[in-house]
Amino acid sequence: MMVENQKALYLTFMKAHTKRDEEEFVQILRPDGQLTSAVNGLIDKDTMVRMYEWMTLVRAVDRKCINLQRQGRLGTYAPFEGQEAAQVGSALALSPMDWLFPTYRDHAAAMVHGQPLSQILLYWMGRLEGLTCPPDRRILPPCVPIATHLLHAVGTAWASSLRDEAVASIAYFGDGATSEGDFHEALNFAGVFKLPVIFLCQNNGYAISVPFERQSASRTIAQRAAAYDIHGVRIDGNDVFAVYLAVKEARERAVAGHGPTLIEAVTFRYGAHTTADDPHRYRKQEEVSAAWRARDPIARLRIHLEQTDLWDADREQSWQAEVGRRIEEAVALVEAMPKANALDMFEHVYAQTPWTIALQRQQLAEESTGGVRG
Amino acid sequence: MTRALTILQAITEALDQKMAEDERVLLLGEDIATNGGVFRATDGLLDKYGAKRVVDTPLAESGIIGSAIGLALNGMIPVAEIQFLAFIFPGLEQLVAHAARMRSRTRGQFGVPLVIRTPYGAGIRGPELHSESVEAFFAHTPGLKVVVPSNPYDAKGLLVSAMEDPDPVVFLEPTRIYRAFRADVPEPLYRVPLGQAQVVREGEDLSIFAWGAMLRVALKAAEQMEQEKGWRCEVIDLRTLYPLDRDAIVSSVQKTGRAMVVHEAHRTAGLGAEIISLINDEALLYLRAPVKRITGFDVPVPLFSVEDEYLPTESRIKQGIAETILF
Ligand SMILES: Cc1ncc(C[n+]2csc(CCOP(=O)(O)OP(=O)(O)O)c2C)c(N)n1
Repeated sequence: MMVENQKALYLTFMKAHTKRDEEEFVQILRPDGQLTSAVNGLIDKDTMVRMYEWMTLVRAVDRKCINLQRQGRLGTYAPFEGQEAAQVGSALALSPMDWLFPTYRDHAAAMVHGQPLSQILLYWMGRLEGLTCPPDRRILPPCVPIATHLLHAVGTAWASSLRDEAVASIAYFGDGATSEGDFHEALNFAGVFKLPVIFLCQNNGYAISVPFERQSASRTIAQRAAAYDIHGVRIDGNDVFAVYLAVKEARERAVAGHGPTLIEAVTFRYGAHTTADDPHRYRKQEEVSAAWRARDPIARLRIHLEQTDLWDADREQSWQAEVGRRIEEAVALVEAMPKANALDMFEHVYAQTPWTIALQRQQLAEESTGGVRG
Repeated sequence: MTRALTILQAITEALDQKMAEDERVLLLGEDIATNGGVFRATDGLLDKYGAKRVVDTPLAESGIIGSAIGLALNGMIPVAEIQFLAFIFPGLEQLVAHAARMRSRTRGQFGVPLVIRTPYGAGIRGPELHSESVEAFFAHTPGLKVVVPSNPYDAKGLLVSAMEDPDPVVFLEPTRIYRAFRADVPEPLYRVPLGQAQVVREGEDLSIFAWGAMLRVALKAAEQMEQEKGWRCEVIDLRTLYPLDRDAIVSSVQKTGRAMVVHEAHRTAGLGAEIISLINDEALLYLRAPVKRITGFDVPVPLFSVEDEYLPTESRIKQGIAETILF
């Protein structure tokens, strides 16, 4: 249980920082690894180390997935490198029973919230088995139709609030998603019913090829919150401390019955939209990426951890070895699985399979056992 | 002059030539301008026609289709691209409740000359919801025309006709064969009329009706059956799914006395049912066997590890041919 003054601490801290009008966004951990204000009592040392471990792990996972895709061992893949702080920081601020609604780019957040790496690999291998989460988690499969899942988070939050549970729901989405009607409907519903939901927008500047300036005439995404009179905050999405604290605060507000929060985490995807995309067609890929790498989420935390004696070269070496081992283990596990069974597609379409599907299943089963009739 | 083009290149050429000819034609959609479309169907057109006529819209399908209705009402000919067929769903309200009904609910006073182009169908190892084949939704909606090319020549000619049609046309582009093969396409602008099917292979024993990516699968099955069994199947590319080419369907069935429909869409309430119903109405007494359907299953198109098993295959079609002919 969170002590009362701890909650108050998150609230006053975020409030103090949001008020700085001269700033574009809330930033706690600067790119040079220095803090803009002390976070004593807000983020403990263990959490800082876990943030670093998770961010480096998921970055290695992301790179591995791109390699696997190139070797034909994975399907089209959506990389997230550059967005680790936004995903790891936010998911670490959740409680295990919080509902999590990711997109196709949010598997880092899903992992931190308890989705095994093997499941993530299976999903990107096009395996139906990769669609499920552990039984003690509430993580939905990646949502592909943009912005549609925000309303599902509204609904789960609604049910939690009807039952007075201290559970929040979080939906992840990109800047492009804020143009869809469902985004606006979700904010409005959540505001009207004061629901415990966190809308976490990773503004990575692009919806495939379309830069945010052409996505909307709004200067920021966070300002949309004002229209619905819900809480909105714009943060440095590459600053894992700012992300963590913003989500902590949003979660406190949510479970205290004070309604939803829209968080705009300003970040950047270094790579392509997916492995089928060529970013050179729409931006000066090398230049822009290099500029953003100077604000890398992992590098700045590493500096901070080293300066506070929480991390060093030895730890780095043994951790990287551990990362490599975990990834190889997961890959070996999924690649050793038997070939996909086509008959699985007939399962779970309904709770009780209607005759149409049963008949079609039987036909395919006969076909694959070589039983050609006629 | 003709050149060997892919379906994708033929589509780009149709858009290009229509834009050159008619200033009212305007393209709008997600990632179609700078990026040239995720499949590059609009590649090069931004440079040629400028940002006022080749428009990257915000990411909102209701916005794309709804505003295209207004553009069409007010003298433009909008050609909207929906990035993949399933992403049309947020825009269905606009398409079904407005684009389709405008002419009728204004008693002919206002029309919506709008084309919606969208890649559709499975077979490209796409992620979830990138492989749908829900053409029946649109054929079921009074006021919409539904067109599906299966080769480069038709892709160009049908798209030109769609852009010249006074009513909204849903133009479905089979992703699986976008770049699968090339065929001769004449350089000058030409038209393939909507509402006309085409006999792509003549035969006397069985009529196979197909469209889009399934056409080639059906054709191969028919060729193999002739080699293996000597059965001659007629293969008909429907090309327009609404309105159907009634004469082509009926006269072929009257000739062969047997029929089969192949579609990758789900079976239940798919267009196969409609075509069979038409055959019942017009050619029942000519039939020597029940009409066969070879279709996708009544399940969501699965993730790609098993999508090949979801799709109608040559062997499934051949088995259906045998069952029908030996009935
Ligand atoms: C309703 C819908 N329309 C279009 C698409 C195709 N599409 C996939 S990702 C994408 C861009 C999304 O951009 P953004 O929301 O900023 O998220 P990001 O991919 O940058 O994480 C588009 C247009 C889709 N998946 N769903």
